[in-house]
Amino acid sequence: MNFLQPSTWAEALAMKAAHPEALPIAGGTDVLVEINLDHNRPDTVMDLTRVADLAEWATEDGLVRVGAGVTYTRIIDELGDRMPGLAMASRTVGSPQIRNRGTVGGNLGTASPAGDAHPPLLASDALVELASASGTRRVPVRDFFTGPKRNAARKDELIAAFLIEPATGPQTFSKVGTRNAMVIAVCSFALALDAGRRRVRTGIGSAGPTPLPAPEAEQFIEGELDWDGRQPPSDAAVARFGELAAAAAKPIDDVRGTAAYRRHALSVMARRSLGWAWQDYRVGWA
Amino acid sequence: MRVGESVRRPDGAAKVRGRFEYSSDLHAPDMLWGATVRSPHPYARIKAIDISAARAMPGVHVVLTHKDVTGRNLYGLEIKDQPVLAHDFVRYWGEAVALVAADHPEQARRAAQALKVDYEVLKPITDAEAALAPDAAKLHPNGNITRQVKIRHGDQSARADIVVTGEYEIGMQDQAPLGPESGLAVPEQDGSVELHIATQWLHVDQEQLAAVLGLPPEKVRLTMAGIGGAFGAREDLSMQAHACLLALEAGRPVKMSYSRTESFVGHVHRHPGRLWYEHGADRDGRLVYVKARILLDGGAYASSSTAVIANASCFSCGPYRVPSATIDGIVAYTNNPPCGAMRGFGSVQNCYAHEAQMDKLAAELKMDPVELRMRNALQTGDKLITGQTIDGPVPVAELLKSIAAMPLPASGEGKGGDVDLTKLPGGVSNTTHGEGVKRGVGYAIGFKNIGYSEGFKDYSTAKVRLFTKDGKARVEVHTAAAEVGQGLVTVQAQIAGTELGVNDVVVLDADTNVGSAGSSSASRQTYITGGAVKTASEAVRDRVIAMARAELRAPSGLHIENDNVVTGTGKLVVPLATLLGDEVIEETREFHPRQTFPLDAETGQADAHMQYAFAAHRAVVDVDAELGLLKVVELATAQDVGKAINPQAVEGQIEGGSAQGLGLAVMEEIQLKDGVIRNASFTDYLLPTILDMPPVRMDVLELGDPNSPYGLKGVGEPPTISSGPAIAAAVRAATGRPITRVPIRPHDLTL
Repeated sequence: MNFLQPSTWAEALAMKAAHPEALPIAGGTDVLVEINLDHNRPDTVMDLTRVADLAEWATEDGLVRVGAGVTYTRIIDELGDRMPGLAMASRTVGSPQIRNRGTVGGNLGTASPAGDAHPPLLASDALVELASASGTRRVPVRDFFTGPKRNAARKDELIAAFLIEPATGPQTFSKVGTRNAMVIAVCSFALALDAGRRRVRTGIGSAGPTPLPAPEAEQFIEGELDWDGRQPPSDAAVARFGELAAAAAKPIDDVRGTAAYRRHALSVMARRSLGWAWQDYRVGWA
Repeated sequence: MRVGESVRRPDGAAKVRGRFEYSSDLHAPDMLWGATVRSPHPYARIKAIDISAARAMPGVHVVLTHKDVTGRNLYGLEIKDQPVLAHDFVRYWGEAVALVAADHPEQARRAAQALKVDYEVLKPITDAEAALAPDAAKLHPNGNITRQVKIRHGDQSARADIVVTGEYEIGMQDQAPLGPESGLAVPEQDGSVELHIATQWLHVDQEQLAAVLGLPPEKVRLTMAGIGGAFGAREDLSMQAHACLLALEAGRPVKMSYSRTESFVGHVHRHPGRLWYEHGADRDGRLVYVKARILLDGGAYASSSTAVIANASCFSCGPYRVPSATIDGIVAYTNNPPCGAMRGFGSVQNCYAHEAQMDKLAAELKMDPVELRMRNALQTGDKLITGQTIDGPVPVAELLKSIAAMPLPASGEGKGGDVDLTKLPGGVSNTTHGEGVKRGVGYAIGFKNIGYSEGFKDYSTAKVRLFTKDGKARVEVHTAAAEVGQGLVTVQAQIAGTELGVNDVVVLDADTNVGSAGSSSASRQTYITGGAVKTASEAVRDRVIAMARAELRAPSGLHIENDNVVTGTGKLVVPLATLLGDEVIEETREFHPRQTFPLDAETGQADAHMQYAFAAHRAVVDVDAELGLLKVVELATAQDVGKAINPQAVEGQIEGGSAQGLGLAVMEEIQLKDGVIRNASFTDYLLPTILDMPPVRMDVLELGDPNSPYGLKGVGEPPTISSGPAIAAAVRAATGRPITRVPIRPHDLTL
């Protein structure tokens, strides 16, 4: 196995250009498990932990740009007020040790449908910044996931960062697992209300070949919500929102749960999430 | 260190600091690494094995197949039906077919992958009922019934006014010890082998290895290595024979250490089962009869299935007076992974059924479920369904009374302010802030045998040595008893310290240089090895007193206290070290508990068991009924331990056992599809975390068994039996759903 260890971002991009097969590794909470279980035998691994820029975050044109190497722990501690949905999802990732190592960049790289960061990124309309020696581009996260464990990055590209607008309304994240901590999602649901634009955004995890938004549910409920009067939506509208969210999923039966249960649970989580978010909006959002 | 004191584990600090040497940490300078070639099919005929490609891989020193097994290529705890390396058939997914030893573990694994086995794939039998069908393929020469136990007790045509029936299903639980199967085999010049191994019974490993290797037992020496949990998973051989065969062939030490995935096929599991019950009672709620059919899936090989089905049958009715019983227990061979010993050993599966039945009966009679149980509680002097008269304390009613009287935890509702997710079903995953949550309370009680049963020879050996070291008296205790985490090391030291009045007690490493201790299973070691240490210590003490009397013309009534020989009134006669001088007093004793007898083949009647232990649980569970997620809010338990030798260790056993029972109730299951394990990892085989396991409120009774050393009872298994059934009852109470299967899955509660 070849081991590359760039110390600057420019060096990393040059190495990736020269070794497009190189598998990037940051926290190692996915890559090393895959290697240990012999599910993957990469010829070349590129350790990105020495690239200091990757572990930085900053505000840029009204967006927060978070380096791909920022850990879940730091997102919870440093960015929880600006991205509450992602912070809530980050709290459900593994154990404290995993959260100290694991990164959202790595989650995006693996692009597992069960990645906990993905639903809140979808609900926040995040952008993924991809870079190569020949340039940088920003891909909407809704276009980023191209298949099970596949993403839009080219072979010569590295994930540099993701960009999120600071929360413009209440955000929630819920995840069903069959134990009360340290569990891979059976299915998960993220919701973000954008009070200014009067938009609702969603993200579904672990209930399809990729993380998914529920656009029909979003459009439906945007029209139902009483943004000005802030009265609660009708029970029927909330129920319909749950049904449409569940209908957006493409779940299968697997070792963690059944397709039928996933749809059911998504409808419940969508209903409850809407209730919590709307309550926050009513009492707390300017 | 005296009996009855809470004594800290000597290895506790090292384990917390990561400095404890587990069997997977063993190392020898020039050692090779072993790897196992395993069957990718649950059932297939081996047509040919081609080792040439594996042999040619870099770093490879040895490749072995069934042809290279130097002794008998069959082993097994009760029936010798399992090959060390498969020769004609493979009967389960992951069965060992060949072995490789190489310089580096990765070289060994890759060579194992390169080895070619030509299989004729056969249709596996993956259901125990299907295995019993007359036209089913015979997986073993004597057919697919590993053992059938019949219990016919009382009036076989008894009828009752109130009848309830039920069918129950139990999933396959794994012991999931954190330490993988691992050890180091070191060949010696004289053709013998030393094996350092984490096991539950050194001598039965030795006996089986000697036969497999074709060596006399004295040429196979075993030393206990650092163990990371056992719970029954280390009763059978795993890598022991494989490492020894490789080491003897290579002429170099060979280490083997399973990966987590391999560990799931490297040991037996708890038997999954289906149980059909019919309970008949009179209108006052007194049981008239119980009929049951219990079908356990034993998997591909027998392991300890024959004893597990005996327990499942003997304890099938729970600790109740049952005038008439008709019980048929069957354990069948299938092509599923082999099942054998796990904490609770047959009494776990049936407890789910008999306790669900008792609740059903209570509901039918509109009676309080605890009251119904009290009304039927076994008492000292009652006859069990096996015809045995139960003696010693039988505190069924006391235990029930105790858990029913404990205060209930505060309701989770109406806290106001911020929601504490860690206290809710779903935990930090934020699935409810109280929506859909209903609370239920459930009760269960169970019992089981302590020690071996049905005439299986039960004894232990202890060597106790008293001498002077640096001017002070020291005691060395040597047994072959396996410390598997249960705390036997402190128990042995406490007993020797108590009997000999000496403060410096050293427990030597367990090995085969002393007589057998029997296994660390059946909750028996504190009783049996504790009994042996007590007996040997008493023999040493008698010699010391005799010596004091002879040399000092001292009066009678002497004893030893705090390193001194003292009179009956505590007056110093002589310091022990002074009396001993250079003298070494050593005694070896065996301890044999009372005899047991095999179950009658037609009626199941016999004095089959030596001691019985009881525990009861009350579970309080919050259920998110819409999502099917659970939070066990509290477990309350009462258990009679006879005498708590080390109270802190007893509490640990009760908490740990309750947690393992909780695991089966709510999440732990090996999921199989066509004989293949789908979740052989700790990512998908879920164990309870601290957010899943609640605080345990406990009442430890010390009622004293007149037959046992210090009056003690085995402690380790009873908590595992009733905690899960109490949780199932609480979920039933919360949701109104029948809950006839464990683990309880979210979709069982919602769809």
